[in-house]
Amino acid sequence: MADGSSGDAFVAFERVQKSYDGETLVVKDLNLSMPKGEFLTMLGPSGSGKTTCLMMLAGFETATYGEIKLDGVSINNIPPHKRGIGMVFQNYALFPHMTVAENLAFPLEVRKLGKSEREKKVKHALDMVQMGEFGGRRPAQLSGGQQQRIALARALVFEPELVLMDEPLGALDKQLREHMQFEITNLAHQLGITVVYVTHDQTEALTMSDRVAVFNDGRIQQLAPPDELYEKPQNSFVAQFIGENNTLEGVVKEISGNTCVVQLDDGEVLDATPVNVTKVGERTRVSIRPERVEFNKERLKDGVHTLKAEVLEFIYMGDIFRTRLRVAGKDDFVIKTRNAPDQVRLEPGSQIEIGWLPEDCRALDAG
Amino acid sequence: MTDTTQETSGPMLAADGTPLKRSLAKALRAQKLRALALIAPLLLFVLITFIAPIADMLFRSVDDSQQGTVHGTMPLTAEALKDWDSSTGELPDNAVFDAVYTDIFVAAENKLHTRVGSRLNYERTGSSSLFRKTGRGLDDIGEVYQDQFEDLDPDWDEGTPWAELMGSPDWLTSMQGWEDGQPLPPFELRDGVADLLPRTAAIYRVFADFQIEEEEKSLLDEEPWSIVHTRLYEDLRDGDFSTYAGPRADMVKAADALVDTAEFETIALKDGFEAIDEDWLDIGLWQTIKAYSTSYTAGYFLNAVDMQKTPEGVALRDENQRIYGLLFKRTMFMSMVITFSCIMLAYPVAYLLANLPMRTANLLMILVLLPFWTSLLVRTSAWKVMLQQQGVINDVLVWIGIVGDDARLVMINNQLGTIIAMTHILLPFMILPMYSVMSTIPPYYVRAAKSLGATNWTSFWRVYFPQSVPGIGAGSILVFILAIGYYITPEIVGGNTGTFISNRIAYHISSSLNWGLAAALGSILLAAVLILYWAYDRIVGIDNVKLGG
Repeated sequence: MADGSSGDAFVAFERVQKSYDGETLVVKDLNLSMPKGEFLTMLGPSGSGKTTCLMMLAGFETATYGEIKLDGVSINNIPPHKRGIGMVFQNYALFPHMTVAENLAFPLEVRKLGKSEREKKVKHALDMVQMGEFGGRRPAQLSGGQQQRIALARALVFEPELVLMDEPLGALDKQLREHMQFEITNLAHQLGITVVYVTHDQTEALTMSDRVAVFNDGRIQQLAPPDELYEKPQNSFVAQFIGENNTLEGVVKEISGNTCVVQLDDGEVLDATPVNVTKVGERTRVSIRPERVEFNKERLKDGVHTLKAEVLEFIYMGDIFRTRLRVAGKDDFVIKTRNAPDQVRLEPGSQIEIGWLPEDCRALDAG
Repeated sequence: MTDTTQETSGPMLAADGTPLKRSLAKALRAQKLRALALIAPLLLFVLITFIAPIADMLFRSVDDSQQGTVHGTMPLTAEALKDWDSSTGELPDNAVFDAVYTDIFVAAENKLHTRVGSRLNYERTGSSSLFRKTGRGLDDIGEVYQDQFEDLDPDWDEGTPWAELMGSPDWLTSMQGWEDGQPLPPFELRDGVADLLPRTAAIYRVFADFQIEEEEKSLLDEEPWSIVHTRLYEDLRDGDFSTYAGPRADMVKAADALVDTAEFETIALKDGFEAIDEDWLDIGLWQTIKAYSTSYTAGYFLNAVDMQKTPEGVALRDENQRIYGLLFKRTMFMSMVITFSCIMLAYPVAYLLANLPMRTANLLMILVLLPFWTSLLVRTSAWKVMLQQQGVINDVLVWIGIVGDDARLVMINNQLGTIIAMTHILLPFMILPMYSVMSTIPPYYVRAAKSLGATNWTSFWRVYFPQSVPGIGAGSILVFILAIGYYITPEIVGGNTGTFISNRIAYHISSSLNWGLAAALGSILLAAVLILYWAYDRIVGIDNVKLGG
């Protein structure tokens, strides 16, 4: 699962555990290593341990067991202010009694930089986030997006090599959030900094990151680049958490190399790629993305199994059509089709047959 | 708004054409009336039981027209002294003595002369006994004449002949028909007697009204005051009675004849007053009376700042008479010390309260609030037990051996005692506003500061502390204003050197009964608080004061 080797890693968690009350573990045996310059996102539902990991890295929480290394050096016993890690907080945490420029100068001041150098760096950082005009304002006089930029500039102004971001775009509206996602990734690549980014928004995770670590129940469920995460989920949690997904439950009937046949509970059979199943008779949950489902028989490969389906609902969503089907007794099976000129609009009530390529359908753990 | 309203150049109009402002006011009126009705009971209550009495009390600091003041009780004197120039060094003329004679005589009959004496005693010591003595002694002047008239004709010392001489026939008839228990008929002067005996008539009228309204006695039975005889002498001396043919004409003519004889003994008013007390010939007394004969006075305020009126103008009092300046300075200084010690002690507690887990914080909060549930007197008395020379702290120190038994520390009945006890008593008023401000400071600010490289101290001092200042401000205003007017604690533990101006105010309210001075001291205290509040607003900004939220 997670990459345990940490030889030349820039950031490394080694067998880290964290407990607040001495009874339950919030983080269970975390192993993670990141090379320099990587943009890594920790994604997971609330309470999954992702923020705790970030706080341990920042130094605001101590690991109950295990070691956290930065550039090869254990930082377990280094107080937060000596770690030199930039951090962007969820609520921006801009000091309300200081102006924007004073906020930005703060990390430079505590590093005892000269006045002229300070001013130069503050100006540069403000220009970097296109907020050059706003140095004299108070944070309360700025909009949410502007505050976000200032918070980002402040985390970058002292040129840290590692920047942590704790759901920094959570408070922004959708349009601004998408714009800021783009800006943050651009800046990160431009400056070559290493970023650990925490979010519960999967779109954000997929669009921004080099790699995404999906957290659940105190463990990393999967650590992979976005495309791999989406297309090849390692377990049913990841499959369900990332993107929209259709699941069907059944028993493995045949298994041979890269393909297997799964018999659903109502007796129908389908083709899938075995991921977490190893032997015949095992219960499994197969997952198939809505956009990989094919109902045009001509486009299906010969010999693949198909399932009967009844169209329940057709929703026009602009760029795509979303059609809800009843498949194997479940009526939450969804397919998405592109709104192309020759696209078929399925009529509710009609009976169709659906199928897919075996590699698009993954037989995962029973969950 | 609609396009049409923007096209017209006049005021914005509502849909029905009335000006928008008026429509809005109309719509809001019911709402405003309802709000007013809701606060009306409290407003009335505060107005009647709080604002009005305080305004009345403060008004006393300049008011000098009540009963018992020169202006209120000695109106003739106040009027007569207007013409007297107090800076010449000459005694006032006879007219003034004449006015004082009438005023004090009438005041003495009404038992008000001692109050005038007390009032003047605030400004000139000895006035109180002088007025008491004069009230007793003024009869000596009138009796000179009374005795001679009485010797001439005993009727001059009877009520009925006087009533016949002075009263109108109608009144006399109803008076003669009066029986005990009925209301007395109001006195009416006989026609022409005011021209015949002007002074006598005037003073007899006062006498008659006094007997009827205050004493409820029949004028037929009461011999007139001695001053009436003095006035009779003066009228007889100046008038011509040869043609008089009214009631008691024989008596009046005989008396007129007696007055004109060389043997008739007279006494100058000035001499009469001198005989009562030589102080009446002291120019200083007259200057004081003139200075305080106006209906409004700055005297109480001058007194409250250790000054007084002199013929040369306003001047500082003698060094040994100055106390209020010292008391004001002490009150200010000690209130500041108390406020400062409260800040120092409360800040860490409030910080802990705001940053501890909820359960522990609640427990701590109960400890903070515990003093509120204990009587103020009990707490203050407890400090007395703790701090006195045979008290707990001294006993412990002696037992440990830090201080000798013969060198026990004096910690009470002085400033130290007041500061310790009041700091303790006012501490919750500092902790609570601080706590409510600190609990609104999110923890991520300090975290952000640390992540930016600030040490614990720097992140506290540069990031946390500035955000907690509004709490300090609110607490300080609260504690300082409470401290500046505190009374009970300094009274109990303050001794001589640890008392506040409020203790002096209480003394004047309840012991010396100099309410005017108490009101003046109170007004100055109020003004001082308001000025400090204003200064605070200018320097720190009242918007920066938060009681939470």
